[in-house]
Amino acid sequence: MNNKIAWSKKDLLGLEYLSKEEIEFILYTAEGFKEVTTRQIKKVPALRGKTVVNLFYEPSTRTRTSFELAAKRLSADVINIVPEASSVSKGETLIDTGRNIEALKIDIIVVRHNCSGAPNILARSVKASVVNAGDGWHEHPTQALLDMFTLKSKLGRIEGQNVSIIGDIAHSRVARSNIWGLTKLGAKVTVSAPKTLIPEGIEKMGARVTNDIEEALEGADAINILRMQFERDTAGAFPSKLEYFKQYGITAERLKRCKPGIVVMHPGPINRGVEMSSEVADGANSVILEQVTNGIAVRMAVLYLVSHARKE
Amino acid sequence: MELRDKTKILDKEAIEKAITRMAHEIVERLKSVDNIAIVGIKNRGAYLGERLAAAVGRVAGARPPVGALDITLYRDDLTQVTEQPVVHATEISFDISGKVIILADDVLYTGRTIRCALDALIDFGRPSQIQLAVLVDRGHRELPIRADYVGKNVPTAPNEVVEVRLAETDGKDEVVICEKL
Repeated sequence: MNNKIAWSKKDLLGLEYLSKEEIEFILYTAEGFKEVTTRQIKKVPALRGKTVVNLFYEPSTRTRTSFELAAKRLSADVINIVPEASSVSKGETLIDTGRNIEALKIDIIVVRHNCSGAPNILARSVKASVVNAGDGWHEHPTQALLDMFTLKSKLGRIEGQNVSIIGDIAHSRVARSNIWGLTKLGAKVTVSAPKTLIPEGIEKMGARVTNDIEEALEGADAINILRMQFERDTAGAFPSKLEYFKQYGITAERLKRCKPGIVVMHPGPINRGVEMSSEVADGANSVILEQVTNGIAVRMAVLYLVSHARKE
Repeated sequence: MELRDKTKILDKEAIEKAITRMAHEIVERLKSVDNIAIVGIKNRGAYLGERLAAAVGRVAGARPPVGALDITLYRDDLTQVTEQPVVHATEISFDISGKVIILADDVLYTGRTIRCALDALIDFGRPSQIQLAVLVDRGHRELPIRADYVGKNVPTAPNEVVEVRLAETDGKDEVVICEKL
């Protein structure tokens, strides 16, 4: 691992825009922060005096909380802006909101938006750092980074591993960020879902596509099971939850036929009995709660790096 | 920053002797080594910490526990330095509360690194004492900090750099005064 790399990006917008070395550098830096989160005093002064704004246009509890804790453990001040309660509902544009927030002399904006590319627009309009916390169907880079961090800590390395992403690929920014990141680090990625949930051209990102779940599970070192968003995007793509569970749900029975040490991931929240059975979610192969813990270390690393970006 | 070697002030043998002498001083001053632990400051201080612990072990018959401290997140110049500080993991696998901690580092200069290390260390617990051991004290302090154990005192000019090279990181053991070009 090359420690001499200088981080030069003020923003983290997606893994598409990062090199293999930059992704590895974030994961390496996160190791240091992981240690901080295990201390009795889980706080370091690295971002003392900096202000982080969570600007979430979509509801989110776990990602927002994870970013908030990450910022607080770096000694930054954090404010949360809830758009329904702010002037966004009065018609203010994203760029105006960004500039107004910046006028408050803040340092980092963590943004979640239902439109793909919104963080990119914001990053161009403000001098503050912008971190993408999920935009439309585009990217969710910190989720993919924490998935890769967890994978690396479980399997030792990412290069050469077979990773299958199962579920609603079409509407998943988590899938897209994972495919970008994993392929850059040399993993072999397979995506599996019913035809209606596989977006056209996804194979161009370097992923193998199969509609056969058994084929996706065979030889996999890890599976990343995505949430079926029945309450919104996924509705209509599949007849019923039960039907999906029968055909694509990960059960103990299916897991038995996989590699013994297979790592089972899920970005949460889980629909038990839809994407996976409770037995699998709570089983020995599941690292779902470790993912949540690792998310804080990874987000600390990202906030630290973007706020100390060096000029190229 | 380009550097040119000017004077070699310690070779492999002299480094070994200095560490052994510091180990003797530690044992003499603290009487018992049962309650001490050594924490080296990453990177080179961590290797010196290991060597110092081994030397204390040879002198006293019992090797104290050793940890390694990364102080990057506590630096007061994070926004000023041009070269990006890389965050490494701190490795302290024992409880430091109530122990006599001997901080180990390669060069004592302005004292700012030690100030960071004290802050970082205290986040891990409450040692009964913290002492400082350095291989080289080159003067020019900017904070009220001093070392308890010094391998070698070296008068230097501010435009000079003291480079401690260790087999673990640089392939060989030596301490050299360099000149900034």
